[in-house]
Amino acid sequence: MSEQTTVAGSQVGGEVVPATPAGGSGAAETRADPKPRNNRAWWLVLPVVVSVAFTAVIPLMTVVNFSVQDVFSPSDRIFVGLEWFRSVTRDPEVRAAFVRTLLFSAQVLLLEIPLGVALAVVMPRRGVWMSVALVLVALPLLIPWNVVGTIWQIFARGDIGLGGWTINNVLGINFNYTLDSTDAWITVLVMDVWHWTPLVALLAYAGLRSIPGPYFQAAQIDGASAWATFRHIQLPRLRGVLTIAILLRFMDSFMIYTEPFVVTGGGPGNATSFLSILLSKIAVGQFDLGPAGAFSLLYFLFVQILCYVFFTVLTRSGR
Amino acid sequence: MTLILDGVSVRQRGETWLDDIRLELPNGMTTLVGPMTAGKTTLMRVAAGLSPPDSGRVLVDGKDVTGISVRKRSVAFVYQQFINYPSLTVHENIASPLRLDRRFDREGIDRRVREVAELMGIADLLGRRPAELSGGQQQRTAIARALARPVDLLLLDEPLANLDFKLREQLRADLKAMFAQSRSVVLYSTADPNEALSFAAPTVVLGEGRVRHVGEVADMYAHPPTLAVAATLSDPPLNLLPGVVRDGRIECLGMSFPAPRAHVDGTDLILAVRPHQVSITRESPGALALPAEIRLAEVTGSATFLHLLLPGRRHLVAHLPGTQLFTPGESTVVYVDPAHVFVFDATGERLLATGAAEVDLHG
Repeated sequence: MSEQTTVAGSQVGGEVVPATPAGGSGAAETRADPKPRNNRAWWLVLPVVVSVAFTAVIPLMTVVNFSVQDVFSPSDRIFVGLEWFRSVTRDPEVRAAFVRTLLFSAQVLLLEIPLGVALAVVMPRRGVWMSVALVLVALPLLIPWNVVGTIWQIFARGDIGLGGWTINNVLGINFNYTLDSTDAWITVLVMDVWHWTPLVALLAYAGLRSIPGPYFQAAQIDGASAWATFRHIQLPRLRGVLTIAILLRFMDSFMIYTEPFVVTGGGPGNATSFLSILLSKIAVGQFDLGPAGAFSLLYFLFVQILCYVFFTVLTRSGR
Repeated sequence: MTLILDGVSVRQRGETWLDDIRLELPNGMTTLVGPMTAGKTTLMRVAAGLSPPDSGRVLVDGKDVTGISVRKRSVAFVYQQFINYPSLTVHENIASPLRLDRRFDREGIDRRVREVAELMGIADLLGRRPAELSGGQQQRTAIARALARPVDLLLLDEPLANLDFKLREQLRADLKAMFAQSRSVVLYSTADPNEALSFAAPTVVLGEGRVRHVGEVADMYAHPPTLAVAATLSDPPLNLLPGVVRDGRIECLGMSFPAPRAHVDGTDLILAVRPHQVSITRESPGALALPAEIRLAEVTGSATFLHLLLPGRRHLVAHLPGTQLFTPGESTVVYVDPAHVFVFDATGERLLATGAAEVDLHG
């Protein structure tokens, strides 16, 4: 561009300068501003900037603002630095909820990923039964979360719920999720498995469908067992979708709120009060905006970091 | 070792994919050539035992193996796509068919893997995984995997079709040498007539699910028994011209040449000429001179493909040597020596003559 400009300038100089002195200034002008600038394109970016600022950046900054202040009333507040972060990380209740949530996520992953893959492997590949299986498997995903909670709250009851009644009266096991903390934990865990294993199954199913038929024929010719076929063909080719499934299920289960809130409300005692339930108790119930702000930021950061670690580990281990 | 397909038919969703295939394949290499959708892959899958025929039998050394699963057969298969186990190294991939074979112990497997890897030129890649290899190396691995275990039946389904030209030429030469002294039945399918011709092996021409012809490929090229066989073995495609018998001569677009044998006046014929037999200079006194309009000249460097329009809006392609320049829209005259014309009956089912020489393939 600059070369062209010079050529154009010298032409102008060569032709015009000898005739009139004004030509010289014309050449200088050409050199100073080689191409016209137009900043109007920024208007196209503006809607995005405004909406992201309005919906994400400003609310987050408000939380940051609260997390470093002690708020008595909207007009009466003092700066407390990192005080709330210190108190939240030392709070035994928060720590217990953190361990509880981590344990829950780990159990969710250990159950849902193998179960989802197994389901995908046995789902029919063609015919009417393929459609039937797909619809049946997808059904739990279409139910609103609080409805899932209500379904399980009733289903698991020992007196009127089919599931709870069967366990108590047919299997003869004393099961009461409103009194026993283990029973409550199992109820919430099974509910999550029921609700979300279909997602893993559908992802894995799509992954399996994309494997070309000759791979399976080659394994058949080699006399490979069903397990060897799974281990050496299906599992390696599922790496991508399983990475996504693990990330989604970790994030989602680590932030679980609605279903346990409806079923157990975090109890009995603190047995099922996960981080999100504790957070809403602090922020909405007690209206402690400072600690809640600090808590939220730490929660947010932890999920981000763990997802990054998962992603890095899962994508690197395959190479 | 022989493989016999006895009246094999396959029908899918009301369509006939294979129609009463009767073939006897001896040990050594046989080429299976046919256009896309001819039924090559279906035939190979049935021969391997990967899918059962709807009717007919498959016999190996006289023994009926029709219902027997591929797991219990002695078969190896190479696909057009590069199929290897993604999580295993090249060494483990090649070893995979040997693992379940009692004839090989651990050391035997290692020795055999190195042997075939050496043969396929991938001995230095044994520690790598398929994703770390080029397409050509992946296909060499897949072929090595198929060669590792001594099998009764080795099937290669267009193994070179997805490779680039240079690799294809090189692998083709390697494979030809390798299969020459093979004790198994080797069936190699291709859609490329030049590949079939260069293997110079006994050849089965397949089309629309039927066996069109079986024989030596060079013979078939010189004397195609039917128009379908001639078309399958011609690349670039055959030129077809209408002919009619008049007064003991065959007339074609106003020109005529002596008919090699007595025909009834007025009999319609199909005349087929390979593009490289069309020239722009008169090379023999008896050549037919056909007026033509130049439509397009495709230059590939070593050859020029001249697309021509003959009277009656007939399309004709001339394959000329070297780079030659033409102006589209100009009129010219092209020459066809009757000695190089295949004369078929109007249905294309019977070769009546190759040019001036009479042939009698059908008795």
